[in-house]
Amino acid sequence: MQQFLQQTINGLSIGGVYALIALGYTMVYGIIKLINFAHGEIFMFGAYVGMIAVMNFNIPIYLAFVIAMAVTALFGVIIERVAYKPLRKSSRTAALITAIGVSFLIQNGVLMVMGANIYAFPQVIPNRFFTVFGLRLNMLQLVIFATSIALMIILQFIVSKTKLGRAMRSVAVDKDAAALMGVNVDNVITITFAIGSALAAAAGIMVGLYYIKVFPFMGFTPGLKAFVAAVFGGIGIIPGAMIGGFAIGLIETYVAGYGSTLYKDAVVFIILILILLVKPSGLLGKNVKEKV
Amino acid sequence: MKNLFSKKNLIWLGILIVLFFLVQFMIDARIIIPYHRTILFGIGIFIILGVSLNIIIGITGQLSLGHAGFMSIGAYSAAIVMQYMPDMTGLLLGMLVGTLVSILVSFVVAIPTLRLKGDYLAIATLGVGEIIRIVILNLEITNGASGISNIKNLISWPLLFVFVVAAVVLSANFKNSAIGRACISIKEDEIASEAMGIHTTKYKVIAFIFGAVLASVAGSLYATTYYVVKPETFGIATSINILIIVVFGGMGSLTGSAVSAVFIGIVNMLLQSYAEVRLITYALVLIVVMIFRPQGLFGSKEFGLDKILGFKPPSLKKLRKEEST
Repeated sequence: MQQFLQQTINGLSIGGVYALIALGYTMVYGIIKLINFAHGEIFMFGAYVGMIAVMNFNIPIYLAFVIAMAVTALFGVIIERVAYKPLRKSSRTAALITAIGVSFLIQNGVLMVMGANIYAFPQVIPNRFFTVFGLRLNMLQLVIFATSIALMIILQFIVSKTKLGRAMRSVAVDKDAAALMGVNVDNVITITFAIGSALAAAAGIMVGLYYIKVFPFMGFTPGLKAFVAAVFGGIGIIPGAMIGGFAIGLIETYVAGYGSTLYKDAVVFIILILILLVKPSGLLGKNVKEKV
Repeated sequence: MKNLFSKKNLIWLGILIVLFFLVQFMIDARIIIPYHRTILFGIGIFIILGVSLNIIIGITGQLSLGHAGFMSIGAYSAAIVMQYMPDMTGLLLGMLVGTLVSILVSFVVAIPTLRLKGDYLAIATLGVGEIIRIVILNLEITNGASGISNIKNLISWPLLFVFVVAAVVLSANFKNSAIGRACISIKEDEIASEAMGIHTTKYKVIAFIFGAVLASVAGSLYATTYYVVKPETFGIATSINILIIVVFGGMGSLTGSAVSAVFIGIVNMLLQSYAEVRLITYALVLIVVMIFRPQGLFGSKEFGLDKILGFKPPSLKKLRKEEST
């Protein structure tokens, strides 16, 4: 039982990270119906920015979070404006292939600039352990969990309470109608990319802190898993991405803890296929009839 | 039944025979040195891969990103069987095993994902490619991360030629068959073709399995050409390389894929020492082509003989004009 609770804590902390990445996928998908394949690479870019800020400029970690989120948000906006905006009217396959191209470009660009070597993220959060009810709680895990929850609350506030959030929701429902109501659709899409990228950057720093390693291909697997998390909760639905992220984190940790570590990545994709088989619209999704 | 010995087919046959003996002569006369010969064989394998992915992406309009996974199934099947039977029978038997496994795996992936509209196939195939890679890494029979080496080298120009021509002809016939036309209509408009009575899921699944099987055959050839198979060879980067061939050659143009496989193979050889620049250039090409020419560089046009022979299919515009007058 104690081991189970311990695994649950581990799963929740990594699940929070997946949820943050999944939010970026789901928001972009909800608004322009595009799977942003480059999102995993944006996450990797954020990890690099945070690491450089801490390692080379000795910036305190909380400031590094803010800087990395800002820089990565700008990066996401540039990607959207340059690569995705011209394709808004073309076929979905064309947009998807572009997204793959962007992902490939960022990966190899970082590889060329920073080299293929694996960097160690500076361990700026003291590795202290608390024992509560016989459970070992890691300081780092607590920080990660608290940060991801805080960011999700802020996001939820923006989406449900502000004027911007209302604009975002209206664009997601019907772009043309939103434009007729005076919503600047292009700006809303750009801001969505900025928010999604900022969340991915925060996740990137947390993964860097947690697993220590930072390298050009670090975005691939977490990116895919976060996408599965978004589909699990119902793609396009913000609370769905949060639930999906925690669920995937927990399942993965249980499989690694009780089964085999080797297959923990494979399990996630088997879950994806099962969801698509049983309830393709996801946990919180509704069945929507396609209009002709 | 159509005339098998039409003028067009005979001319194609003539071109193929000339090409075959020309290259054979160049190999015998050592104009093509063994180093270039290996590259030539690599190009042949990528022609099969490009054409088979084009069936899925260009003809049916479904984005698959797990092509390297199916390639690895074929490669490992051939490698494992050939450890017990290091001869031609072993290679063919391995190919057969790979084909059966690929049919099974692609069927399991295709049924849940292709039932749905939208882009789930891209992610699901990406995931399947990863699952295949993880399974290969952890199985005893595949020898984990170090892979299988010392596979007998059975590849020769006639063998490769036969497989490449067979793959391209099969794919062309697929495209021109009733199934192929159904697939093209799904690409153009899924809802409309459903309304016309086309069983969209069925045809999408058929096209996907067809592509996966060809990829697996290409994988078997790969194993015997390079005598080493490793899990890392069949990662996402390989799938993207094949995608670049398809995009470059034009979505839906099988001959375009073949030409672009040759072109990219030669460029790769020339730029071998600039790997990073090459990959960045390819990524940029992918983005720029999609923005300015989303149908691919050569579109869906086939490089055919029709123009040379003066045969023109009646254009839609002309037909409409005739109808209205």
